[in-house]
Amino acid sequence: MSYTKRFWLSLIMSIPMMIQMIGMLFNWMMPGHNWIAFIATTIIMIFGAFPFWKSGWAAFKNHNANMDTLIAIGTAVAYFYSVFAMFTHRAVFFESAAFITVFVLLGQVLEEKMRNNASSAVEKLLDLQVKDAEVLRNNEFVKVPLEEIKIGDMVRVKPGEKVAVDGEISEGSSTIDESMVTGESMPVTKSMGDKVIGSTINKNGTFVFKVEKIGSETMLSQIVELVKKAQTSHAPIQKLTDKISNIFVPAVLIIAIVTFIVWYVLVGDTFVNALLYATSVIVIACPCALGLATPTAIMVGTARSAKMGVLIKNGEVLEVINDVKTVVFDKTGTITEGIPKVTNVDGDEKEVLTVAASLEAVSEHPLALAITKKAKELAIKTQSVEGFTAIEGKGVRATVAGQEIIVGNNKLIENYQITDEMKKQMNTWQAEAKTVVLVGKAQKIIGLIAIQDAPKKNAFKAMNALKKRDLQPVMLTGDNQLVADAIGQEVGISQVIADVLPQDKADQISSLQAQNKVAFVGDGINDAPALSTADVGIAMGSGTDIAIESGGIVLVQNDLMGVVRAIDMSKKTFNRIKLNLFWALIYNVIGIPVAAGLFSVWGITLSPELAGLAMAFSSISVVGSSLLLNKTKIADD
Amino acid sequence: MIKIITVIIAVLLIGFIAWWFFGKREQKEVDATMNDNMQKVTVTVDGGYSPNTVVLKKDVPAEVIFDRKDPSNCLEKVVFEDFGINQFLPEKQKTAIKIDTSKAGEYNYACGMNMFHGKVIVK
Repeated sequence: MSYTKRFWLSLIMSIPMMIQMIGMLFNWMMPGHNWIAFIATTIIMIFGAFPFWKSGWAAFKNHNANMDTLIAIGTAVAYFYSVFAMFTHRAVFFESAAFITVFVLLGQVLEEKMRNNASSAVEKLLDLQVKDAEVLRNNEFVKVPLEEIKIGDMVRVKPGEKVAVDGEISEGSSTIDESMVTGESMPVTKSMGDKVIGSTINKNGTFVFKVEKIGSETMLSQIVELVKKAQTSHAPIQKLTDKISNIFVPAVLIIAIVTFIVWYVLVGDTFVNALLYATSVIVIACPCALGLATPTAIMVGTARSAKMGVLIKNGEVLEVINDVKTVVFDKTGTITEGIPKVTNVDGDEKEVLTVAASLEAVSEHPLALAITKKAKELAIKTQSVEGFTAIEGKGVRATVAGQEIIVGNNKLIENYQITDEMKKQMNTWQAEAKTVVLVGKAQKIIGLIAIQDAPKKNAFKAMNALKKRDLQPVMLTGDNQLVADAIGQEVGISQVIADVLPQDKADQISSLQAQNKVAFVGDGINDAPALSTADVGIAMGSGTDIAIESGGIVLVQNDLMGVVRAIDMSKKTFNRIKLNLFWALIYNVIGIPVAAGLFSVWGITLSPELAGLAMAFSSISVVGSSLLLNKTKIADD
Repeated sequence: MIKIITVIIAVLLIGFIAWWFFGKREQKEVDATMNDNMQKVTVTVDGGYSPNTVVLKKDVPAEVIFDRKDPSNCLEKVVFEDFGINQFLPEKQKTAIKIDTSKAGEYNYACGMNMFHGKVIVK
């Protein structure tokens, strides 16, 4: 019989005893109340309490003891004593046995519901997957079940449909809502060559993509797998509770016996009263609250983070991040976009870019890519060039519409005229650590283009948020001091460690660790040693390729605010664990002495049934407290 | 007189509880049996896990079958921290859990609240 059925049956059977209890307040006795209580309680014991006895006995045989042991002893003592008392014409306590059962079952029913709530969030992610998709077979798009999609298949996605698996768009474009996987709330525009993620929703366009990952290899499956592992992991703080819960139940039984002896033998109270105190002790003690405190909080915390695109690998990371004082960022690709971009243009923007883009269209230099990209953004048409030659270490030269044009660095200006203003502008930009490209036409420099690997949009905001949380951001880069300082200033990082060779990054982390605990944020592909050296490694993903192996925390989005969210969520979760543990401990520490009658001189006592109620709600309150993690405020969420 | 007897009984009871629950006990190890290139072993879930420790051979596909007889929801889940397994065990049913035997070692498992413990050894 399920807990729910057992609860309802027990509740209904206990109604006569409730009426009797109310009647007693008005000095009314139900006729034959002892017999009614005996029959009703017997039924409650058989259907409500017997499964506890069975489990308790099974555990006992294995030298184990748990909550069921306590409830079994509590209800059995109250019930069998009452049966004995009834036939020897003494006072009976059937209602204690009955109400303990009712309350404990109520607690179990509620707790079970809440626990399912806490643990089902991740599994739901997998339900997001579609069942079938339109796949190109024999030159025709046909519906194919998800399991039959193979790597290399072409899949067509219509507006409003879900992307089935991971792949790369080969035809068409659309905006895609990726919030369910990455946590990014804004739909993303994607076209040919862009990666798409399975289970995301196609908004308005139709496109075809080539399947790259299926089954357990897809990003969604990997995320679910990772979160599942995180949810079953333990936080080091649990070692204490594990120790306590190992001895908890037997210790409570011993305390109950001592309670009985003290009341019956030392104080000289009646046998019945001593028995009731002992029963209260057994019933109020709640090992469940202790056992639930950490796992439920980890479950809710990791699931909520996953929804925000923050994957926390295990409970240990949650705990360590609380002591982190320094957050070290890799520069290229982490603080900056990782791709050089045109930031400023001096001179006639259109003319300068037309000339530059026409020439650079044939070049493959990273700076050239930045220029052609900018021209594309501004819808600038390039002109055809003739006689293209590269001037080693200086730039490129060609002829456009009969005029000689050049694009290159300042070494080119020897033969060209440049105005003083432009020279001044060039110096300013260089001081800002930007690379300046000169554009010349007919022996005259007509414009300047400043190119920089610019910081990410919300880098400044993220650094500010970290500083507000008393965390010191540090930038680590292989760039020279000048460039590094300029970027550092722009995003608000005062501590900049420049000129660091890639292989020395981990050493730099170790030396920072001499002062306090360090988190390292990197892109997870080149930064693996630094990520594993740091106390907490935060690997930043970009779209579909998340480096799940490296780092204790993986950010699905390439967004620096994710670092803040990860730290917030970890701290909130860990604080919740501490609060839960404190509550579970203090509940037992206070509850047991009260139940034992330690404060009875001041009139504070607990009947066994009230003890049962308290015990039921102590574990519910712990699970409820964990579920509240779903509601706490996190940066930008 | 009756009080003295009560005290004696109580002391004996406390002694028994301490001995029964805290006393060191030898753990029985049970080997899995081979069946069609697959090693299988059944663990009965009833007031704990018996056998408490099962031994699997390395690199052979393995299944540990949990036979839950206990109605208590204390034992409704089995959690293998190392494998990220958090499996619900329906009452009065056998649930097979595949174990990755590619790495030798001792893998502890526990119930959802970490009150009951068991162990899988891969060697």
